[in-house]
Amino acid sequence: MKTLLDVENLSVTFPTRSGSFEAVRGVSFSLGQERLGIVGESGSGKSLTGRAILRLIRPPGKLQATAMRLEGDDLLAMSDRQMRAVRGRRISMVMQDPKFSLNPVMRVGEQIVEAYRQSSGGGRKERKQRALAMLESVAIRDPERVFNAYPHEMSGGMGQRIMIAMMLIPDPRILIADEPTSALDVTVQMQVLNIMDKLVSERGMGLIFISHDLNLVSSFCDRVLIMYAGRVVESCRADQLYDAKHPYTRGLLNSLPRLDAPRDRLAVLKRDPSWREPLAAQIPTSGMPDE
Amino acid sequence: MSDVQGIDIADLNVWFGQGPERVDAVQSVSFTVDKGASVGLVGESGSGKSTILRAITGLAGSWSGSMMVGGEKLGRKRSKAFYNKVQMVFQDPYASLHPRHSVDQVLSETLSLHGLKDIDRRIIKLLDDVGLGTAFRFRYPHQLSGGQRQRVAIARALASEPSILLLDEPTSALDVSVQAEILNLLSDLRDERGLTYLMVSHNLAVVGHLCESVLVMQNGQIVELLSIEDLRAQQASHPYTQQLLKSSLGFVRDVPRQT
Repeated sequence: MKTLLDVENLSVTFPTRSGSFEAVRGVSFSLGQERLGIVGESGSGKSLTGRAILRLIRPPGKLQATAMRLEGDDLLAMSDRQMRAVRGRRISMVMQDPKFSLNPVMRVGEQIVEAYRQSSGGGRKERKQRALAMLESVAIRDPERVFNAYPHEMSGGMGQRIMIAMMLIPDPRILIADEPTSALDVTVQMQVLNIMDKLVSERGMGLIFISHDLNLVSSFCDRVLIMYAGRVVESCRADQLYDAKHPYTRGLLNSLPRLDAPRDRLAVLKRDPSWREPLAAQIPTSGMPDE
Repeated sequence: MSDVQGIDIADLNVWFGQGPERVDAVQSVSFTVDKGASVGLVGESGSGKSTILRAITGLAGSWSGSMMVGGEKLGRKRSKAFYNKVQMVFQDPYASLHPRHSVDQVLSETLSLHGLKDIDRRIIKLLDDVGLGTAFRFRYPHQLSGGQRQRVAIARALASEPSILLLDEPTSALDVSVQAEILNLLSDLRDERGLTYLMVSHNLAVVGHLCESVLVMQNGQIVELLSIEDLRAQQASHPYTQQLLKSSLGFVRDVPRQT
């Protein structure tokens, strides 16, 4: 499998009054043309890892890594200008909540057209055609109406699909999706996942899928990284997530209520300080084992 | 009709706006929740499930039909006694607590609004009941985690010693490990106090854990009433419920994988 992204020893630190706080600590992984899930609870550093790939860490936060390469290009050595050319064009990101990611005073169509103009130019008519086609490809039934609508006129599910259309119009190599479906109803959630799934299998895109939903990640992704306190504590094949070994992953799985296995009381996760420490054994970082 | 101490809703309609702007959020909904029972309300956003809770508490203005809650027939206004019997826990513990009120202020204000005496002792008891302890009494919401905030919100709802709790997605803003703690707390409280729960959720597994039966809503109407046994056995007759059940199992690919 072709490696699209290679991250080695990534850390993100924030200075605080009591010394510096390491939100992401020594994360290494590589991404091919696959669906890579990153799961963890709030504060585990999973979203920051996604943002760090695009170097979107606001000062005073500091990003450090031994290496961060996109198809061989060193992301760390790029100037801000070169980085802007990467964002949106080669790596796109979909955020959790469309309400805060779309410009409220700009029509949906204009926003999508702008994304297209940034990446490939094209004439006015062509741009509109592309935007309409893109809206259609994310299962929006009436693209013409949506094109002329404002974000507040759209439901959450529509907004999220518009965001995805916007992020995909430059045909990126990698899509980072940060909880792209947690604000959506289950039925719409499946549609959005199907769209992203097709992009991976048809266009050979790499997808980083950040989520706290273990069930969803294990059924949707190929490979999963489990993060705790800024570190990757375990990595495994997604379909083997339920056989995970690490006590943290086991604890998370046991705390889920399940329809097929009812219990009177749910297991409560007891956190062990040793989980914060680096693992003795090196985590396999590339490819899918046993394949 | 069933036990009047629970919830008995008959032919409830709730609408917003008027004329051409009118939106019928809930349409001729009828259901009962027996005293001490727990019923879940599931459905997609906009299906009217939260609106039913808001209509019961008097937060949704225009409605018709009949509502018997806690042995009281509800009219345009709610009596003080009603709020002693019925309380609500909201979805987002980050939004439902005043950022500049300490836990002590939140609880003592609630207690005095309910006209209760002996506030100091009651606050200590409430914090103890929800597993927080007195160490949290003078903290502000920003000094609490999401789970701790939701515990404060539950303590606030319990302040008047209600018999019915309306739970509007009480765990959907929380991490799964914290969700487990809150769900355990809710089932303990139900066992101790014989509470009646009406819980809105989009998570079938959460509803399946806490409730005995589930009402499935779509477009303002109840399309199905399912027992938990049927839910677990994946036996639903309405296509929408079947879809919900299917998606609760995780993602299923349309096409076979190409790897």
